Amino acid sequence: MSEQPQILFKYRNVENYNNIDVYMKHEGYAAARKALQMEPDAVIEEIKASGLRGRGGAGFPTHIKWNGIPKNWDKPHYLVINADEGEPGTAKDRELMNKMPHLLVEGCIIAARAIRSNRCYIYIRGEYMEPGQSVRKAIQEAYDKGFLGKNIQGSGFDLDIHVHMGAGSYECGEESALMSSLMGERGMPRHKPPSAPLPVISGVWDSPTIVNNVETVATAAPILNMGGAAYGKIGSGRSLGTKLFTVSGHVNKPANYEFVLGTPIREILETAGGPLNGKPLKFFIPGGSSTPLFPATDKFLDLPLDYETMMANGSMLGSGGLMFFDEGVSVPALMTRLMHFYAHESCGKCTPCREGTNWLTKIHDRIMAGGGRHEDIDLLLDICNNIGGRSFCALGDAAAMPIQGALKYFRHEYEALIPDRSLSSRIYAPLPVAAG
Amino acid sequence: MFTVEAKEQLDNIVKKYPTKRAALLPALWLAQEQYDGWLPPEALREVAGYLEMPPAEVEGVATFYTMYNKEKIGKFHIEVCHNIACMVRGADALIDQIGEKLGIGKGETTPDGKFTLSGAECLGACANAPCMMIGAKYFEDLTPEKVDAIVEEYKKK
Ligand SMILES: Cc1cc2nc3c(=O)[nH]c(=O)nc-3n(C[C@H](O)[C@H](O)[C@H](O)COP(=O)(O)O)c2cc1C
Ligand code: SF4
Ligand code: FES
Repeated sequence: MSEQPQILFKYRNVENYNNIDVYMKHEGYAAARKALQMEPDAVIEEIKASGLRGRGGAGFPTHIKWNGIPKNWDKPHYLVINADEGEPGTAKDRELMNKMPHLLVEGCIIAARAIRSNRCYIYIRGEYMEPGQSVRKAIQEAYDKGFLGKNIQGSGFDLDIHVHMGAGSYECGEESALMSSLMGERGMPRHKPPSAPLPVISGVWDSPTIVNNVETVATAAPILNMGGAAYGKIGSGRSLGTKLFTVSGHVNKPANYEFVLGTPIREILETAGGPLNGKPLKFFIPGGSSTPLFPATDKFLDLPLDYETMMANGSMLGSGGLMFFDEGVSVPALMTRLMHFYAHESCGKCTPCREGTNWLTKIHDRIMAGGGRHEDIDLLLDICNNIGGRSFCALGDAAAMPIQGALKYFRHEYEALIPDRSLSSRIYAPLPVAAG
Repeated sequence: MFTVEAKEQLDNIVKKYPTKRAALLPALWLAQEQYDGWLPPEALREVAGYLEMPPAEVEGVATFYTMYNKEKIGKFHIEVCHNIACMVRGADALIDQIGEKLGIGKGETTPDGKFTLSGAECLGACANAPCMMIGAKYFEDLTPEKVDAIVEEYKKK
């Protein structure tokens, strides 16, 4: 197995690492001090050299986002941290916030410095009361030590961080819906280009805004400590550095792991203890429930887990939720559960997603209940095609893509559930025209 | 009614945002605490009055989010994750087990008002599946034995 440098998880096993004194004994806040002495654009240059891409799902290059904030802007603008972590299969931000909250706080200082923002909100999903408390405590400790507030460490730079708790909505993880929610509205996405400007120009309270995932921002501190160029030497292509993966499902040691981007999936599976009780695996989902599945064959298990390879094979790296399923799992049954989830979480703003997710759910329910019709499979694909690219935000695609993946590799499992195919096609054949 | 302390808390929350409206989610959380775990109409009116918003608008926001309870629920809300990572590690059997123990089904409350049982979407503990929460507390790596013990413990509370 290849060597796996631990960057975010370097001090994971240090006792009381969530305490600021302990954190500071392990390189803590050295990167923040560094950033405060650097010009903001120099901080962005370091991030650029590191090749860091967003860890929240879309993989957008972080430095491009940060560079998008107007440089001569002297009115308030905002750094918003996406700690909504709702993508099924993903549990990494929770561990980061529970066990290493100062990595996040320090990352916020660095990111805020880079974009010259004095105000940061950390939007944490409502269920995460415990991580919320952990982050609040870390923020308070940082204020007490003079790493937050006015004139931080004599640098002349001010920063306040506030925790904002969500209240139960997957859609609020979508960045524009998150901004709506932060402003006290329903968690619905806002207008985007071309009808409205990007968040970096006009986000929360019509001010320039950066939204970044917890892990993305937490990585900023280690990057400054080791140097952007050194971080960028890890990994390959456009998938640089390490990433946290939540390995779940049918493995012996499910947990969060840190791997170099591009590590073969088989190696991750082995590190996670291999298939649960040795039972053969049937398929896996590489990056959270919204990313299309792959059969657990040699061909796919040998793929390197990185942005480009997943994309080239019709899936995505997503949020890093790697889920394994053994041969006992029915693909249609799993998809039925997922469709209920997406239909429930659809915010209802646009028709293709609102209606489409409902139909995907209904058709799955009837197939599972034994009432599936011969034409249902094509109907599913048809609905997916109508959602894909036609819905207002990416939740629609997130619901459609898993079905497309499931039918690409496991269409036979759906077919086997549809009872008497000849009978069903007779019932739905055109009625004979009465004579006379 | 909000207590004096709660009102003070609310004043401090409002200061964190550039608009009063932005304090709506935290204000609803606070109201839910003040009103015994749910948001009766008077709670919504009180929040609306404080934030100078139309009550209908406050209600529209409150109904969007699943964690704001629009009806009175049990003292202990047991929410078992039934999303896919938990589903394949036995979540459905756990829900049945708890339901049988308490004599209620998914979405129901015991007659004494002590427990409400729900299925939940991914709780972000997929690597420790199956999992559930009771109130704000997480319980992970569940087994039938563990669940039995937890429910017994809460029955005594
Ligand atoms: C339905 C939906 C849910 C999402 N949920 C999350 C989430 O919980 N956490 C997150 O960081 N990004 C989530 N995203 C992605 C965000 O929209 C956005 O891309 C991300 O926060 C950007 O941060 P990054 O560049 O650091 O990755 C979600 C996207 C969609 C469409
Ligand atoms: S795709 Fe449309 S309905 Fe679905 S969540 Fe996004 S905006 Fe709402
Ligand atoms: S699927 Fe149950 S916690 Fe994620």
